[in-house]
Amino acid sequence: MTSVSAAHSAKDYKSEVKPVWCPGCGHFGVLAALTKAFAYLELPKDEVVTVSGIGCSSRIAAYLDGYGFHGVHGRALALAAGLKAARPELTLVVAGGDGDGFSIGGNHFLHACRRNMDMTYVVMDNEVYGMTKGQASPTTEPDWSHSKLTPRGTGVPRFQPAAIALAAGASFIARGFAGAPNELVRLLVRALEHPGFSMVQVLSPCQTYRPEQKAWKQAVHPVEEPAPADPSEAARLIQSDDGLALGVLYAQRLPVYQPRNRVEAELADLEAEFLLSTTPP
Amino acid sequence: MSCAITGSGGSGAVTAGSMILEAAARAGHYGLMTRSAGPQIRGGESAAMLRFGPQQITCMGDSFGILAALDWGNFSRFAGEIPLTPATLILADPDAGQAPAELEPYRPQIHWIQLRELAASRAGGRFNMVAVGAIAAAAQLPLAAVLEAATATLSRKGAEVVAAAHECIRMGYQPPSAAGAQVDGLATTTSAPDTSVAAAPPQRWNISGNEAAGLGGLRGGVRFVAAYPITPATEILEWLAPRITRLGGSLLQAEDELASINMIIGSSFGGVPSMTATSGPGLSLMMEGLGLAVASETPVVVVNVMRGGPSTGIPTKSEQSDLNIALYGLHGDAPHLVLAALDIADCVLTLHWATQLAEQLQSVAIVLSDQLLGQSRAIIDPPDTPEFNLGRRLATPPEAGQEYQRYQLTAEGLSPMSRPGQPGLSYTADGLEHNQAGTPSSLADDHATQLAKRRDKLTGFAPGPLWAEITGSGELCLLTWGSSHGAVLEAAEHLTAQGRPTRVIGLRLIAPLQSQALRAALAGTQVWVVELNQDGQLYHYLRAAAVLPEGTKALARPGPLPLRPAEIIRAITQESAHDQC
Ligand SMILES: Cc1ncc(C[n+]2csc(CCOP(=O)(O)OP(=O)(O)O)c2C)c(N)n1
Ligand code: SF4
Ligand SMILES: [Mg+2]
Repeated sequence: MTSVSAAHSAKDYKSEVKPVWCPGCGHFGVLAALTKAFAYLELPKDEVVTVSGIGCSSRIAAYLDGYGFHGVHGRALALAAGLKAARPELTLVVAGGDGDGFSIGGNHFLHACRRNMDMTYVVMDNEVYGMTKGQASPTTEPDWSHSKLTPRGTGVPRFQPAAIALAAGASFIARGFAGAPNELVRLLVRALEHPGFSMVQVLSPCQTYRPEQKAWKQAVHPVEEPAPADPSEAARLIQSDDGLALGVLYAQRLPVYQPRNRVEAELADLEAEFLLSTTPP
Repeated sequence: MSCAITGSGGSGAVTAGSMILEAAARAGHYGLMTRSAGPQIRGGESAAMLRFGPQQITCMGDSFGILAALDWGNFSRFAGEIPLTPATLILADPDAGQAPAELEPYRPQIHWIQLRELAASRAGGRFNMVAVGAIAAAAQLPLAAVLEAATATLSRKGAEVVAAAHECIRMGYQPPSAAGAQVDGLATTTSAPDTSVAAAPPQRWNISGNEAAGLGGLRGGVRFVAAYPITPATEILEWLAPRITRLGGSLLQAEDELASINMIIGSSFGGVPSMTATSGPGLSLMMEGLGLAVASETPVVVVNVMRGGPSTGIPTKSEQSDLNIALYGLHGDAPHLVLAALDIADCVLTLHWATQLAEQLQSVAIVLSDQLLGQSRAIIDPPDTPEFNLGRRLATPPEAGQEYQRYQLTAEGLSPMSRPGQPGLSYTADGLEHNQAGTPSSLADDHATQLAKRRDKLTGFAPGPLWAEITGSGELCLLTWGSSHGAVLEAAEHLTAQGRPTRVIGLRLIAPLQSQALRAALAGTQVWVVELNQDGQLYHYLRAAAVLPEGTKALARPGPLPLRPAEIIRAITQESAHDQC
């Protein structure tokens, strides 16, 4: 079904829906990078499906052309697992925010990592709940006191996406930055090419509720290549890092989970089991 | 003929019951076996309750003709579920000790048989097999049918196990010495029981309600299932797991019900008819996902096998108390289908139909079953295979210059649905309110038109005669749903025979309610709404819909004990007598 016309330019992957995002929001950079990665890989746009949850970031599903599912808060990975099981040939991108993926959807995140179905999970991490107007998320630092909900900060250590993904069995873990577009496109391409579950945590500044994230531009730094394929080495790298190291943090070929069943029986064969005359062998 | 077999963990009461059911089936009877278990995970006491006879059987009777107690361990736990009469023949082993005090009034009816001693005389002999022989003889089942049933049930365990079982069955197969006693109206005799060779077994099915529900889904076209185990629905998923794959479909074990409902939304969006099965606590977790399916118009089927609620409630026993959540659990104006299966065989039809309706109407179908249907087995005629020819209406590529609109308003009220991969028909499904193109919209007009479309597609379709099973006619009408249908039918038969012609309506399609047809069916009758929950959930739903004639009465009580025919008759006749004073 590959579209032969294949005018694979990034803007072909962008829909006509105008984003609701604030000017300067990091999510624009992620949208642009994804369309470039699709174009680079010449993916037939009707065979890419973007599944998302709820949040500013999750709105991205409607901004990409092609098929998409903008579901409920936190459940995108589960919805995508069902879709992938039913339609293995589709390219699946799951996108959402840090709240969506690590808080309300935390359990699905763990199980998506260990299930290792072939899909790319892009978490647009701004360390805040943008859509609900600026509450602390699991990745917010404990002493961030700018939310009315937690005026003295959460007092709770941050969720460590990369470390947890590794522990949960993910086979590809990377970190990108919305403000470093070329590197981000390269990471997304590698993630899309990786067979199995690939997680890309994208630092994606929230202009409105975390303006101080502008400083990320100066603070981010690359990790060394090549990425470790050994989990304990990757753990050391991830644990010793300041959360601002960009690049692939871990990549390993692990068995990809994908039911592929051929028709071996007709319904009538199954129904025959109920007949009294059938004596089990 | 009816019998109950009880025993503590490991005594093999349920195995014995299954074998009697199979034997009765091979002897040409229809049958039903329900089971009950204590709260232990493994090895607790259990009871098998059976009834068989020349007609299809959809409920237990008012009492049991035979009680076979393999031992007395925790017998009292089942006392409420196994009503006895002065005519009940009780089979018990003297080596299992004294009968408990509650059996005192029935002491003369106890027929002692040395189950353990006889079994010990054969290497590998098991006393529950001696009991099978004894029960079969008392119930006048031909020996050949019992032996065949034993072969069919045990052949997996090897020839020696079958041979030992056969010998034990033969030892037990003696007429009860309480000669002249009546068992369910059959005179038991001292003459040698029927040992003639059984004819070929009839072309009937031995199936549980949970298997039937799984099969109905497959017949409806389901080829993806997401599964999270929960009593008493798990067997649907376990039955499907190895079978759906043979049909080229797949089953995923989910991390929880939040995942399973979203997984089937994803697979259905992918174009594959999809379902999951759960019970009350799981259905509660699925509510937000079900709303997403409604709003995004993604067809999904959820079977809810009801157990006692609320909360963890009584996981192993039945109740019909999830109608309210099935009808009203979703937030927003979220019309969807609610169906209920009326008996074990009907689980096949109801799931088949529900799946096809959900697909055609791009809707959510919640199908209610309950523990009494799901975990019971019946001998039934193979269910018909109706051709519904409903199914999903797929979008075709738009004409030149036109754009595909996923949520388009059309004359027939359904928006053609595309499938990822179809060129030129892409869209983003959304739980956010949207316009016809699927673009998120908070405009009043878009909200009103999309809400109305989702309502009208359900109220506007003609379901045909399957919306209810209507049996008989008369001035009395018993309106019911779910597993209570069996007991209500039997009550109506008795009432009719006693000179009070009675009609029964079993609702299969509960939402959208077929108000007009229902009003017509109820017209001119004294209506009773009969159901197994405390609050009269169906009764209140129907009252709110203003379909019940004046003076309608409710017969509602909680589970876990199933409604019995005599109880229904008693309630109705007492009330009528009261009315006359
Ligand atoms: C079940 C549920 N609970 C709460 C909400 C409210 N809600 C919407 S978005 C959101 C947080 C989004 O944060 P994040 O995923 O980090 O995305 P961002 O807006 O920061 O991009 C919350 C709590 C909801 N939509 N659904
Ligand atoms: S609130 Fe923050 S995350 Fe949301 S659109 Fe605005 S800048 Fe982006
Ligand atoms: Mg966020």
